[in-house]
Amino acid sequence: MASLIAGGIDCDVHPAVPHLTSLLPYLNDYWRDQVTTRGMVDLVSQSYPKSSPITARPDWRPESGKPGESLEAMQRHVLDPFQLKHAICNPLYGVQMVFSEDMQAAFCRALNDWLVKEWLDRDSRLRGSIVIPTQSVEKAVAEIEHCAPDRRFVQVLMLVMGDTPLGKRALWPIYEAAERLDLPIGIHAGSAYHNPPTAVGWGSYHIEDYVGQAQAFQAQLTSLIVEGVFAKYPRLKMVMLESGVSWIAPYLWRLHKFWRGVRMETPWVDRAPLELVRSNIRFSLQPFDAPPEPETLIRLFEHMQSDELVLFSTDYPHWQFDDQDALPEGLSPDLVRKIMIDNPYATYPRLT
Amino acid sequence: MNIQFRENQEAASPLTVKTAIADCDIHPARATRTELYPYLAKRWQHHLEIYGVHAYQGMMEGPPYPKAQPNASRRDAYPPEGGPQGSSLAFMQKQLLDPNNVQLGVLNPLNTGQGIRNHELSAALCSAINDWQIDKWTSKDKRLKASIVVGNEDGLSAAAEIRERAGDKNFVQVLLLSRNVEPLGQRRYWPIYQAAEEAGLPVGVHAFGFGGNPITPSGWPSYYIEEMVGHSQCQQSALASLVLEGVFERFPKLKMVMIEAGFGWAPSLAWRLDKAWQRLRSEVPHVKRPPSEYIREQVWWTTQPMEDPERREDLFDVIKWIGWDRLLFATDYPHWDYDEPSRVLPAGVSEANREAFYLGNAKKLYGIN
Repeated sequence: MASLIAGGIDCDVHPAVPHLTSLLPYLNDYWRDQVTTRGMVDLVSQSYPKSSPITARPDWRPESGKPGESLEAMQRHVLDPFQLKHAICNPLYGVQMVFSEDMQAAFCRALNDWLVKEWLDRDSRLRGSIVIPTQSVEKAVAEIEHCAPDRRFVQVLMLVMGDTPLGKRALWPIYEAAERLDLPIGIHAGSAYHNPPTAVGWGSYHIEDYVGQAQAFQAQLTSLIVEGVFAKYPRLKMVMLESGVSWIAPYLWRLHKFWRGVRMETPWVDRAPLELVRSNIRFSLQPFDAPPEPETLIRLFEHMQSDELVLFSTDYPHWQFDDQDALPEGLSPDLVRKIMIDNPYATYPRLT
Repeated sequence: MNIQFRENQEAASPLTVKTAIADCDIHPARATRTELYPYLAKRWQHHLEIYGVHAYQGMMEGPPYPKAQPNASRRDAYPPEGGPQGSSLAFMQKQLLDPNNVQLGVLNPLNTGQGIRNHELSAALCSAINDWQIDKWTSKDKRLKASIVVGNEDGLSAAAEIRERAGDKNFVQVLLLSRNVEPLGQRRYWPIYQAAEEAGLPVGVHAFGFGGNPITPSGWPSYYIEEMVGHSQCQQSALASLVLEGVFERFPKLKMVMIEAGFGWAPSLAWRLDKAWQRLRSEVPHVKRPPSEYIREQVWWTTQPMEDPERREDLFDVIKWIGWDRLLFATDYPHWDYDEPSRVLPAGVSEANREAFYLGNAKKLYGIN
C-alpha cells in the first residue's frame, strides 16, 4: 500500500446519532412532543443496516450501540492513527426519508445542532456538513443560512437518491446559497427511498442497493451537467462521496459523446462535460472499487486525465479496507500528497 | 457517431470495407401503421384502433423524451419508395448490407409488444412481430436473422413463444429490453431464461423500454440526453440484478448479450460487484462465485455506441479487461448514432482481434457457419 502522510484531510467520516431520542434536546417543544407521543422509532436507513458488514469494519464495531457513535472511538480509529489535520463529518442519519417537509426540516435542524455540540465542539480537528431538508428548497436554504456562520461547517450534504434529479431547476436556490457561502455540495451515497433505488425497479438485496449507488451517481452527474448548474454557478464545487471511482472515465466518455451528438438540446452547456468535471466535481477515495493490481490502478488514474479529482477518505466506520491500507497500492508519493492534502484544500475553501 | 482517431484513418478504411462483418443490432421498421394487422386477430386490430397499446408510460404516440431526429434515425435513411427509416428491405440492402459486406445481420425490432400493460395484447403483438420478421425480412434475405420478441412482463407466455420458435433457423436470439417492471433478475422473468437456455438461444437485452419506474433512481430527468446516457446505468442495474439473483448460477448455459448500452462500464461494474460480494456474500449465498466470473463467462456486448475517449489506448485497456472475444460489432442502423464499420477500429489491432470483433464472435455466439 502507498504510504500515508501526516496532516491529511479525511473527507468522509460518519458520526452516528445513537437514537432519535438523542435529538430530543435539540428539538422544540412541538417536535419533542410529536416524537414521544407518536412513539416514533429510530430513523435508520436501509442503505446502511446496522449489522451489515459494509456498515462497520469488524475492528471498528463497538460491542454495543451503533458503529460511529463514539467520538473517543473515532479518535482512536482514524483521527489519531491517520494523523489527520481534519475530518469532515457526514451524518447519514435517516432524516431525508420522512415525507413531511416540516418534520424533515425540524430533524435536520436538530441533527446539525447536535453535530456542533456533540462532535465539532469536542474535537478541533472535526469539520461538519450541513444536512438539509431537500424536499423544501426554501427550508433547505434557511438551514444552510442558519448553519453557515459557523465556519466549521465546510459543506452542504445531500443524498444521491432523493425526490428528483439534482440538476432540476427547482433546487437551484440551494446551489446559489452554497456558492455564495463558500460551501461545496457533498453528494453522498444513500437513498431517501422516495423512488425505487434502481432505474429498473426495486431489487431484492442490500448488496444490490449498495452496488447501485454508482449508477445513481452517474445519473446525477448527467443531470447536474446538462441542466446547466455549473454554467449558472461556475464557482460551485460538488463532491461525490462514497461514490466509487473506477466508473468515472468510461462514464465521461459516453456522456461526452452524446453531448457532442445532441448538444442542441441543452445549448446552455457551454463547456464540455469532461472539462466541467475537471473543474467542478470531485470524488472521495473510498470505496476504491478497482482490483488490487497496481498496473490496473495506474491505468485507471491515467484514464481520468487529472490528478485533482480524488479526495482522501476513510469512510469511517464503513468497511472498505483493513488496517491502515486506505491508499491503494501503486499511487505515487506526489499523487498521495495531492489526494490527502492539496486536493481537499483546493475543494473546501473553509478548511483554510 | 464514430471514434475519431488521430492517425491512420485512411489506412483503416479500405482494410475493413473488404472484410465481411456481422451487424448485431439492426432495427427493422414497419412501413405503415397497420403493417402488422395481417398477423393479428380481428379482436386485437379493433383494440388497437380504439384503445391503443396502453404502455407503462403516458404518451399515446411517440416517446416521452422526444428524439434528436425523426424516429431517432438517420435523415439519409428514408427509403425512396416512402415509409420511415429502416422499413424497406431493398433500401437496407443498398445502404447497409451490400456496401458494408454484412454477412450476418441481427434484427432487433423496437416499439413492439413489449412494455405494454395489457399482457394478452403484449403476447399477441410479439407473436405478430415474429411472424412479420420472417415474412418481410429473414425469408427474403438470408443474411438477416431475427430475434424472438417476447411479452416481457408475463414470463409464462414469453416462454411459450420461445418454445414455439425454438429450432426455427430464422431466429438467433430472444429479445428483451433493459427497463421493465422489475429488475431483470427477478423470478417473474426466469421462465424466459429457462426456455432460452433450453432452446440454446442467447438472450439479448437491448437498451430502452418502460416498466413504470422513474428512469433514474432519483426520479424522472428532463432531457433526451439524460435518457440516452442513462441507458448504460439502467443496463448496469439490470445486469447486477441478473448476477445477484443468481440467474447465471441457476442457468449456467444461458448466454446474454448487452445491446446498445455501451461496454466501457463493464469492468468497473464487475469490480464493484466483486468487492461488495466479498463483504456481503452471506446475504446472497446462491451467488457462489465472484460476480465477475459469471459476467466473463456468460455475457457478451454489442459495440455501438462505442465509448469515445480522447485517447484510443484508453478504450483498448477496457476492451482488454472485458476480453476481445466478448464484443460484437453493431451499427444500430438506421438510428442516428450509427457507428460506421470502417471507422471504429484503427489500424494496429491484430488481425485475429479484428476478425473476432467484426465477425467471428458473433458467428460463434449465434451459431452461424
